[in-house]
Amino acid sequence: MLKTDPMDGSAPRTLTLTGAEIVVRALVDQGVTDLFGYPGGAVLPIYDALFAEPRLRHVLVRHEQGAGHAAEGYARSTGKVGVALVTSGPGATNIVTPLADALLDSIPIVVFTGQVPTHLIGSDAFQECDTIGITRACTKHNWLVKHVDDLARVIHEAFEVARGGRPGPVVVDIPKDVQFATGRYVAPSDVAARVRPRKLRPDGIEAALDLMMRAKQPVFYTGGGVINAGPHASAALTALVRETNFPITSTLMGLGAFPASDPHWLGMLGMHGSWQANHAMHDCDVMICVGARFDDRVTGRIDAFAPNARKIHIDVDPSSINKNVRVDLSIIADAGAALEALLAGWRRRNARADEAALARWWAKIEAWRARDCFAYRPDDKIIKPQFAIERLYHAVKDKDVYITTEVGQHQMWAAQFFHFEQPNRWMTSGGLGTMGYGLPAALGVQTAHPESLVIDIAGEASVQMTMQEMSTAVQHDLPIKVFILNNEWMGMVRQWQQLLHGERYAHSYSEALPDFVKLAEAYGAVGLRAETPAELDGKIAEMLAAPRPVLFDCRVAKTENCLPMIPSGKAHNEMILAETFRGDEIDEDGKMLV
Amino acid sequence: MSQDFYDSPRADESENTRTLAVLVDNEPGVLARVVGLFSARGYNIESLTVAETDRAAHASRITIVTSGQPGIIDQIKAQLERIVSVRQVIDVTLDPAGVERELALIKVRSMGQERIEALRLAEIFRARVIDTTLESFIFELTGASQKIDAFIDLMKPLGLVEVSRTGVLSIHRGAEKN
Repeated sequence: MLKTDPMDGSAPRTLTLTGAEIVVRALVDQGVTDLFGYPGGAVLPIYDALFAEPRLRHVLVRHEQGAGHAAEGYARSTGKVGVALVTSGPGATNIVTPLADALLDSIPIVVFTGQVPTHLIGSDAFQECDTIGITRACTKHNWLVKHVDDLARVIHEAFEVARGGRPGPVVVDIPKDVQFATGRYVAPSDVAARVRPRKLRPDGIEAALDLMMRAKQPVFYTGGGVINAGPHASAALTALVRETNFPITSTLMGLGAFPASDPHWLGMLGMHGSWQANHAMHDCDVMICVGARFDDRVTGRIDAFAPNARKIHIDVDPSSINKNVRVDLSIIADAGAALEALLAGWRRRNARADEAALARWWAKIEAWRARDCFAYRPDDKIIKPQFAIERLYHAVKDKDVYITTEVGQHQMWAAQFFHFEQPNRWMTSGGLGTMGYGLPAALGVQTAHPESLVIDIAGEASVQMTMQEMSTAVQHDLPIKVFILNNEWMGMVRQWQQLLHGERYAHSYSEALPDFVKLAEAYGAVGLRAETPAELDGKIAEMLAAPRPVLFDCRVAKTENCLPMIPSGKAHNEMILAETFRGDEIDEDGKMLV
Repeated sequence: MSQDFYDSPRADESENTRTLAVLVDNEPGVLARVVGLFSARGYNIESLTVAETDRAAHASRITIVTSGQPGIIDQIKAQLERIVSVRQVIDVTLDPAGVERELALIKVRSMGQERIEALRLAEIFRARVIDTTLESFIFELTGASQKIDAFIDLMKPLGLVEVSRTGVLSIHRGAEKN
């Protein structure tokens, strides 16, 4: 709704523009500087308006899925809203996967789709699809704008909904005649708020502090919500963890919110998390969950999840509370506001935990840590995938670096062996698990941070799903580094077939693979290959020195398994380690799970 | 240490029927958003009514009768509140001043004693006859769903032909808006 003037009740001052001009003007007024897209018949008027707008940089992708993931990478690495622009019909359906991805990972993106002219809607016109119907289930909200006078208001609402509360994707579907029509433009400040802000209730914070002060075996379990809340949330979390001397673990999505070099850091938790993190979760007596959602990859068997813990859950989305795990205390709040309130309260109370108990707890944790759960058998002839990521981390850790990943074993190894000191440096598809996410996401990150080093840690299977975006990287001079751990297998599929399906490896081996070095050259990028541990460091240095996009074909051990692992249907303390791995740990019930 | 910290095992984990009034912005597709939520997350819809209630305020009221364990009902309410077009979710069943009513049209075909008995029962239930032929009646009946169920059961041996029901409507008793 539009605000009215409080003095005389009149409508705000307006400006008359075409629908296409309204889109462009609204983007500029929303602070957008970059967008990702692909033109087509139903968005040509908007592209025509973009042509004359120097304040907006448009990155032309090769497939609309790429535009969506690039917008996600852009959003995740900047904290801003990512923007994509695609045409009707196939343009819209091709971006459905990034919408679903952004919904599960709470990434704010606004996707503009063209639509056939209003008088043709419903007639099965050329390149028509029911975009609103198709995307309803994979957006926070979506709009079909049938009247040009509504367009500016809807766009401003779209940005507000995308970034407000728990962030997420939205779609604005604009028929072509609305793009041509002339209507009034209103500024963001003239649009009434659609997202209802919530007030943090102080009694929840005080109750949480009471629990924390009585804790003997506490643990912080944090997630992507801390990163979504902004760098101040990470700063408050870091201070709170250090001042309480509590251990902390995080979900895949939360990596970077707390510095990995700090001794309080236990590493990631969950299916492929660390031994110490999962055991601390299982044995804790007070769990402080901030901006995470008790996902099945995190909890393992739900009825054996942290059985003795009082659980505090801080989340901006009330529907996350008690969804998978019942908690004892819930605080509905932005993670930043809640963490700052907890920190202020802890300081005001001059609080101390039970220090003797905490010391015993830390001794237990250090014993778990001493198991060195990520240990692997090194090899001097074949590159172990873990070794490749360790060497990559060693080479870039002091640089201004952003990491994206695809989905699979390499993603888990990256989470285990690459360490993050800051938020917004780690872009990965956590909830949806979208193979093909990392390369276009890296384009989005590089667009936002042109001077930074942006690396997509990839698998050779995933990266082929969106490989065509190398062409985008070359066209727009986005010097991303695609570091492919090439084991010729869909590694995680192969691992599960070994564990669950009697080593019957149905269709998980790529009989034919492109020569990635030649492929890079065909795109006009740089191709590199490493085949032995001895040459790895040199090749990585060559990759980092290249001023252009690079495809790095890192040939790694073919059948390495990603461990440790909580087998499906098991509890945190039933984790298996590489040293004791047999391959028959999953029972019949576990096989049913994904 | 193996203490159960939960306040108590939930007193009632059984399936409950609940009536939710969902006040929404009256915009295209809003019903699909609400219904889509139920189908996507596997919740039940036992009845559904929807109509615009305030044209000037662009407001519609959707009344949904659903069922599930208490935790599921809480999830349904939280998920509904997450929909941008939803303004308010009212748990009518939990509201002591909540009123629920349903309207039914019931066609009965019979002759002789059965016809007389149907009419007599209709009077007891305060059903109105809105159409009649020499061998049939259509009754209009308003009330709680259980009352309508009871009337329909009584009509079955008396020549029940067809039933049309609105589903549950709800409002808050007293002078105030909910």
